[in-house]
Amino acid sequence: MARARKSPRRQKLEALVLAPINWLEERSGLVGAVKYFLFRRVAPESNWFHTLGSATLTAFLVQLVTGVILAMYYKPAPDEAYASIQKITNELTLGWLVRGMHRWGASVFIILLFLHMGRVFLFGAYKYPRELNWLIGVILLTLALAEGLTGYLLPWDQTAYWATVVAININANAPIVGPFLGDFLRGGAEIGEDTLARFYSLHMLVIPGGLISLITLHVYLVIRLGVTEPPWTRGAGGYDFVEDGRGPARRGLVAPRPRGNGSMGSPTRTEVER
Amino acid sequence: MADELERPGGEPVEHEAEPHLPAPTIWPFAFAAGITLLLIGLIVNWLLAAIGGAVAVIFGFLWIRDATREVRRPVAEPEPAEPVSEVVAEEEEEAEEEPERYPRSVFLELSTLGIGAAIGGLVTLPAIGFMVAPAFVDQGYDDVDLGPLTNFPANQWVTATFVSAADEPPDVGRRTTFVRNNGLANGVPSITIISNRCVHMGCPTQPGGLLQRPQEVNTESGAVRLIVTQGLSGFTCPCHGGAYDTEGNRTAGPPVRALDRYQYSIRNGNLILGKPYSVSHVTGEGAEAEVHAYKLADPGQHVDGPEQVFYPPKFWIP
Repeated sequence: MARARKSPRRQKLEALVLAPINWLEERSGLVGAVKYFLFRRVAPESNWFHTLGSATLTAFLVQLVTGVILAMYYKPAPDEAYASIQKITNELTLGWLVRGMHRWGASVFIILLFLHMGRVFLFGAYKYPRELNWLIGVILLTLALAEGLTGYLLPWDQTAYWATVVAININANAPIVGPFLGDFLRGGAEIGEDTLARFYSLHMLVIPGGLISLITLHVYLVIRLGVTEPPWTRGAGGYDFVEDGRGPARRGLVAPRPRGNGSMGSPTRTEVER
Repeated sequence: MADELERPGGEPVEHEAEPHLPAPTIWPFAFAAGITLLLIGLIVNWLLAAIGGAVAVIFGFLWIRDATREVRRPVAEPEPAEPVSEVVAEEEEEAEEEPERYPRSVFLELSTLGIGAAIGGLVTLPAIGFMVAPAFVDQGYDDVDLGPLTNFPANQWVTATFVSAADEPPDVGRRTTFVRNNGLANGVPSITIISNRCVHMGCPTQPGGLLQRPQEVNTESGAVRLIVTQGLSGFTCPCHGGAYDTEGNRTAGPPVRALDRYQYSIRNGNLILGKPYSVSHVTGEGAEAEVHAYKLADPGQHVDGPEQVFYPPKFWIP
């Protein structure tokens, strides 16, 4: 024991803090899992652009929490919906703030999704072995847009009503499936209370369920496959490495440093020195 | 390649770790060009669309053939190709000689999976049916009493607002039509009833004319509001600028057909609104108008012309 001894009081305190954590770790391994998640190795030149994914996730969590709370006050019926939104916005304490976070947060979520997608595209992070995660991301984008569509009707004001009439009719213009899709979304031939109820159900139960499942899968694959290096990284020479040693993956669109074959030209031989 | 495959630390990497990517192919470009041509052709000319479709099909096929080449025919490198294929062949022969056996464990695995699937299906299918079916069952339009025919002066447009679906909350089931009494034609009353639903995307069209004082009429179908409209020049939609003449024919903007109309009957001197139907176009005017009628379709859907193949009629609405 070269280090200075800790005071008995401090040792007691540490044991007190560590005991429940160790108890949990011994029975579940969760502490180790969280540590692995938080302190895993990432590409050395990863930068702020790599935070767009977590930013999108944060925006989604904000939508999740504010949406659950809004559901405690909102009434999904055509003769009550508008009044309940007015009450949330103008009467209930802090209602304006939570509804505002949900409303503007929806736009933030979509904007971050596109920025995150742009980062993944420009860094070439959709390439082998991460193609599956790109595909999951595309489905997530579609689901997020569907959240926007179904949430837009819920305030049941003039904008909401007529925008949804138009949006459903756009869906009804899809070739072959259109007439079926339109009536399915309306819950019948005409827009009415069934439309509002089913949009509410889709908006707060069906689509979030899909989003949560796929986001879980998305993040799992990010942890498993690791983060791509930015295209301007030197050293790895066009490749980066998947953390579990399964092999190299191609880097971004841009090759910053042109590479020859490493052998000076010679008139007397054709082979390349290795 | 070896130097490129080294970790920054300098450890060599196994050669099997080479990323497995499909060979580059140029067909997607031609495929996309075909799709573009098809979409332009849909607007401009059907011949162009057909050419675009053909190009897309041909190059789509070539693309799929290229992309699945390795899946369909395993990569055969010159050196190890023959031994590998021999081994495969031998295995196949062995498999043929030895009849397949189904041990008890396989049976139990499959039956567990099968029972699980059956239970899952029993729970899921009714739920999905309940989600989808009510939107397609018992759909249709009830007759609506618009009140005495005397409220509709001859050759005058009347904007009528009425309750179309009594089971909906107030206002949600209200609809609007434009009614014109054309007087007698061959001794039978002739009436033009045009729906206000824009056939572009379903917004409410507005009558271009001088609105008179509204009149409330109570009928068996609830309150009906009638507004005589003088000097009507046509109907316009506030959403995307669709415009129609007084027979509902499109005159400007994005709509693809004429405004929908309603069937009607006269019962005990009252005007009864029947089922709505769609109209491709109308020739002639007033009582002499020839209406090209089709089954009711959603706004934006073509009811005639080649585009109608994309929009099957709604068989679930009588």
